[in-house]
Amino acid sequence: MSPTHTANLLDRYFLKERLPTIWCPGCGLGTANGAILRGFEAAGVDQDKTVLVNGIGCSGRTAAYLDFDVLKGTHGRAIAFATGIKLYRPELTVVVMAGDGDTLAIGGNHFIHAARRNVDIKVILFNNFIYGMTGGQVSPTTPAGARGSTAPHGYNERSFDACKLAEAAGASFVARSTSYHVQLLSKIVRDALLHKGFALVEVLTQCPQQYGRWNKSGDAFDMLTWFKDNAVRAEQAAKMPADDLVGKFTIGELVKQ
Amino acid sequence: MTRKLLQGNEACVEAAIAAGVRFFAGYPITPATEIAEGMANRLPEVGGVFIQMEDEIGSIAACIGASVAGAKALTATSGPGASLMLENLGFAVISETPVVIVNVMRGGPSTGLPTFPAQMDVMQARWGAHGDYPMVAYAPSSVRETYELTIRAINTAELLRTPVFLLSDAMIGHMREAITLPDPSELQLIERKRPDPDNADFAPHRGSQDGFIIPEMARFGDGFRFHVDSNVHDEYGFPATERNDIADKLIRRLNNKTKAHADELIIVEEDQLEDADVAIFAFGSSARSALEAVDMARQRGLKVGLLKAMTLWPFPEEYVDKWTRRVKAWVVPEMNLGQMVREVSLAVNGRVPVYPLNRVDGLLIEPHQILSLIEKQIFAIA
Repeated sequence: MSPTHTANLLDRYFLKERLPTIWCPGCGLGTANGAILRGFEAAGVDQDKTVLVNGIGCSGRTAAYLDFDVLKGTHGRAIAFATGIKLYRPELTVVVMAGDGDTLAIGGNHFIHAARRNVDIKVILFNNFIYGMTGGQVSPTTPAGARGSTAPHGYNERSFDACKLAEAAGASFVARSTSYHVQLLSKIVRDALLHKGFALVEVLTQCPQQYGRWNKSGDAFDMLTWFKDNAVRAEQAAKMPADDLVGKFTIGELVKQ
Repeated sequence: MTRKLLQGNEACVEAAIAAGVRFFAGYPITPATEIAEGMANRLPEVGGVFIQMEDEIGSIAACIGASVAGAKALTATSGPGASLMLENLGFAVISETPVVIVNVMRGGPSTGLPTFPAQMDVMQARWGAHGDYPMVAYAPSSVRETYELTIRAINTAELLRTPVFLLSDAMIGHMREAITLPDPSELQLIERKRPDPDNADFAPHRGSQDGFIIPEMARFGDGFRFHVDSNVHDEYGFPATERNDIADKLIRRLNNKTKAHADELIIVEEDQLEDADVAIFAFGSSARSALEAVDMARQRGLKVGLLKAMTLWPFPEEYVDKWTRRVKAWVVPEMNLGQMVREVSLAVNGRVPVYPLNRVDGLLIEPHQILSLIEKQIFAIA
């Protein structure tokens, strides 16, 4: 897979007059979006036959700058809108691009049922572990003990692992990458698009403005370094003893049926 | 033409298929389930799509998605499900997406009286979602009217690019009557206006500010690459949340749609009102009892007439105003604690007394109850 030059990516996929984005300095969404579009290109998507469905919040703007058919609906319902589009027009490629709150909190029910149905939509889940746009409230992926504006004393709940949840619900393709591992991200997005059936691509992205400040995780560089240091490739993780994986997370293709 | 003995809910299914509905997403709920079951049976026969979703939120969302992708879409539910659908009702309004919601009303609040009819959701249909929005709601009082008004609801949704309610109830939905189904070629169907495929400046939200001209609607996947957004948006569908001037124009234009088309939307039946001293305003199941009450009153020499509203929203205030100039009193029987009577009273504006008659035990208002109110309270007959 040869990487596309950024200028070509901009020309081909972006509505340049809509730029710049609303995202904060250091946000991972722009990097992730670039990698995702390279995956689109590698999969050979037809821009006229591809629908992007956005959720709400910072990640709910990932499609707003793109030259596709785009639906940005209500919070949590992106997968349900996408289901209707795909079932009525199966010839279209339908990609949901939504955040951790959208997909796992308010829209969790739609998420598990779409996975169970194996409806042929692709869900790209931007997981920044927090509600960014509304000011740093905890989400279902906020790690236990982490802080947010609605957990100023530390979050006392356990978090979801979106990939395990999707697998248990019956998803036929599950993969994870980060805004640091951009080449892997492009590859798994391509593979998800080429897969027939429900596909989840979870992208861990840094939110230095909200998550970083609340948790003293440093700036974007520090958070990306953390992704780099703690990610373990799925193939590698399979060979490692469980104790060595404590505090780490797996990336790459996790489920393919 | 075919003669059939159908339930109200079955008539709704047949009308939807005849009007070109090719997508249904729903969730089972009494007393509306027969509509989902009927669509599950019929849609595959005509190349359409049926899906039972995980809840009513997802049901209306899937219908909206399918509609943006080009389908005529319909969903059916009852009060508890209607409550869940209100969220995306607002999205259908602001995104100007045609969709029809059938609410086969049952007693509420909450789980309430699942198997008994009520008319408690008429205000929910109008005002239940947040924000200011236009609404069209039809209320059938027979199986035949369920057929006709289902087609009308689908036509109106397509014409105005807006969600439309059909407010049936447990009695109308489950009652069987013989009806004559028209030949499909006799039906007058309305289709949303599509942009010229060569239109390089397609704007999915460019309509006239007065609401008369409804914007053209493209389908996803046809090469227009247009954006549909739940935020306040500009003519092209791009978010304009920093533009108060655009917000003002959009919200007013959306609300002007039903005002501009009110004459086409409002359907009533006027029965024996010309010489009436007393007018009954009724709709749905209650209108059947009201019609019987009019006949009983006439037999007793009392001049009573009926204004039957088949359109509840926009409210037929001009008809109420017209007959208020001639009658001495209004009676408003409804299976709730007084919802449409507020609209009647607003239109009457104190000129003559308005008598509510309410029932919330899940049973129908009976003709003699209406007659008794008219005799005792209006004509002071002991």
